[in-house]
Amino acid sequence: MSRTFLGLPLRRGARTLPDDVARPGGHGTSAGAGPASDAFGDVPHPDAPLRWGGSFPDAAREALQNTQLRRNLAHATSTIRAKRAAVVGEVPDWEALRDAGSAIKTDVMARLPELLEELERNVVARGGVVHWARDADEANRIVADLVKAKGVDEVVKVKSMATQEIGLNEALAAEGIAAYETDLAELIVQLADDMPSHILVPAIHRNRAEIREIFLARMGDAPPDLSDVPRELAMAARAHLRRKFLSAKVAISGANFGVADTGTLTVVESEGNGRMCLTLPETLVTVMGIEKVVPTYTDLEVFLQLLPRSSTGERMNPYTSLWTGVTPGDGPQEFHLVLLDNGRTDVLADEVGRAALHCIRCSACLNVCPVYERVGGHAYGSVYPGPIGAILTPQLTKSSGGLSGHHDPNASLPYASTLCGACYEVCPVKIDIPSILVELRAREVDADRGRPTGWGAAMKAASFVMSDARRFELAEKAAGLGRVVAGPKGRISTLPPPASAWTRSRDLPAPAKQTFRDWWRDRPAPAPPVADPGDTGGFGAAATDNPGFGDGGEGR
Amino acid sequence: MSARDDVLARVRAALGGATATGGPAASGTVARAYREHGDLAPGSPEAVDVLVDRLVDYRAHVHVAASAAEVATIVGDLLADATSVVVPPQLDAAWLGALGAGTAVVPDARDDPRTPDELDRVDAVVTAARVAIADTGTIVLDGEPDQGRRAITLVPDLHVCVVRTDQVVEAVPEAVRLLAAHPERPQTWISGPSATSDIELSRVEGVHGPRTLHVILAPPR
Ligand code: SF4
Repeated sequence: MSRTFLGLPLRRGARTLPDDVARPGGHGTSAGAGPASDAFGDVPHPDAPLRWGGSFPDAAREALQNTQLRRNLAHATSTIRAKRAAVVGEVPDWEALRDAGSAIKTDVMARLPELLEELERNVVARGGVVHWARDADEANRIVADLVKAKGVDEVVKVKSMATQEIGLNEALAAEGIAAYETDLAELIVQLADDMPSHILVPAIHRNRAEIREIFLARMGDAPPDLSDVPRELAMAARAHLRRKFLSAKVAISGANFGVADTGTLTVVESEGNGRMCLTLPETLVTVMGIEKVVPTYTDLEVFLQLLPRSSTGERMNPYTSLWTGVTPGDGPQEFHLVLLDNGRTDVLADEVGRAALHCIRCSACLNVCPVYERVGGHAYGSVYPGPIGAILTPQLTKSSGGLSGHHDPNASLPYASTLCGACYEVCPVKIDIPSILVELRAREVDADRGRPTGWGAAMKAASFVMSDARRFELAEKAAGLGRVVAGPKGRISTLPPPASAWTRSRDLPAPAKQTFRDWWRDRPAPAPPVADPGDTGGFGAAATDNPGFGDGGEGR
Repeated sequence: MSARDDVLARVRAALGGATATGGPAASGTVARAYREHGDLAPGSPEAVDVLVDRLVDYRAHVHVAASAAEVATIVGDLLADATSVVVPPQLDAAWLGALGAGTAVVPDARDDPRTPDELDRVDAVVTAARVAIADTGTIVLDGEPDQGRRAITLVPDLHVCVVRTDQVVEAVPEAVRLLAAHPERPQTWISGPSATSDIELSRVEGVHGPRTLHVILAPPR
């Protein structure tokens, strides 16, 4: 398509809401934006939330052309890194908390069957209903049936990675049910009909001017004189969603934690949209991955310290809600918990890879990742981007070839890393992402053994080199020689193993004079953010005033 | 096979069967070297100072009252422009003693709840609290009759929360262990007014929850 919006090509979404279904949040009638089913941007809504677009290297190369995206990302990630470092630094027992968080999660995985049964028992004892779903289709079916049984055709939603992962909104739309995202960033993404690019700040790839355009074009009831001051944009969203909250009959959420010994569910958030959804409607449906169970109520004291500081860089996020089944006279009088597998048991079966299930979706690893900071979330082709996505997405899609299928774009994800180790250092539950990446690379090679191309040997060599930081650095230095052979086009088309594995399907840009790791270490500090004089909550203020943002953790 | 049995069987198979039959290992086997208590005594002036510092940092408004009568005066001042205030069933009546004649008191209880639309027409809410965490500037409500249903502290735009200084603990684990006596109560942890930084990480206070939070620190009963 030749139409452009905000400098990005407009493409028809691979899958959008059917025309006869009300578009959540607006009707896309405004001038300049094209029909409502067009995405605002270059990421059409995919059929498979865990597998869209091309392989990582191809998508990354494309993303690197987008300077606006890189500016938005660099700004956002450097801001959040500084905030996180400040609030983590003031906790004297941070390492002990990380150790406890890691140990609790290891314990959870080892006792998962009993803990799930215990959680189920306690939720039921308090008046809740528990459903089990083997996969996305089954979970979507359960939720759609529950909504239809209430006789409504719209629901409000709290930001939730699990429901994104199963494509719940699209599944509900196909059944004539409109799902309204209520988290500000999710609302932006939904109105733009593109995909989230960060697990905590899903619209991190958008700047204020773009968001203003999206609101004016798609919200339907945005004030015509709307400016791009963040406060005004947020207030437009408040007014837009207010009626929805007050009249909604059914809400759908995720959960950050499900406590086995009490049946208590937890949602961590910032804006109050979570509280609205969890409190006002008559019926609440919560979709939770089976790995989100924690053994005891007191385990929350560990995670409610680790999560906010790691994710939003706050001492505590503005709102955390805890509920146990149904409380007569207070909140939803009907509560359903859907426990979701959708590939998690495949991850669990891998003794090394299973640590990916420890993730509490704080997003700290995204914010420190030099690869993520440059390519953004969309290049990972999954609702789980960044370092955690690189280990989780291939494993979650293992049964459909995500780990071993050599034509599967997800199989390239474990290579989306420089193995610099920053993700491991910040991870609040100490997931050793670099080691798992290396392990998955080896798995991918093993699965591919016997192919006549020498791919296997090349990857084994790559894994050998990459599994040791010193070896990797030496290899990088050697690769500096590549500058000589690249020629005037600056691209290398064939390289000896192990690098031939890369050039097999794509050109390799000529290596930089300085290795990436050298450059990362030596790079100048990012330029100080520019405060917006008309906006008291501007960047300058945000960087120093210990602000909160977005939606803490998950519902995720 | 039901989905439930199927998922549980898959989990057991993934674990190799060994742990699945081994019975629950006590979760006490997890090493906990972190601080289970802060250094400051609950309710101490030092702990209260830390709480105030954190609350202000989150742009909550903090007021200190020396007596119940002073609480009433502060509440009266804060609600001077409010035409209505919703209150939970067992709010300390003395706290409302200085309300202006122009402020209607709207009662709410589990057995007599206001609808969301009714709450939307109310200007403010006054509640007590269950516990406050100094380290993180967090106030926890647990839905007891002096705090009320979750909806009343959510829909009105102004929340006045009275915290007794003896309810202030320093560290998160101290609060969690206190709350663990009644895990079934619906809890709301509040750390400052609602906020978002979804737009370029620029913080905006007050999105869907109350846009203004006043905390009144009251002496122990
Ligand atoms: S892997 Fe660790 S750092 Fe990354 S999102 Fe999960 S918990 Fe956070």
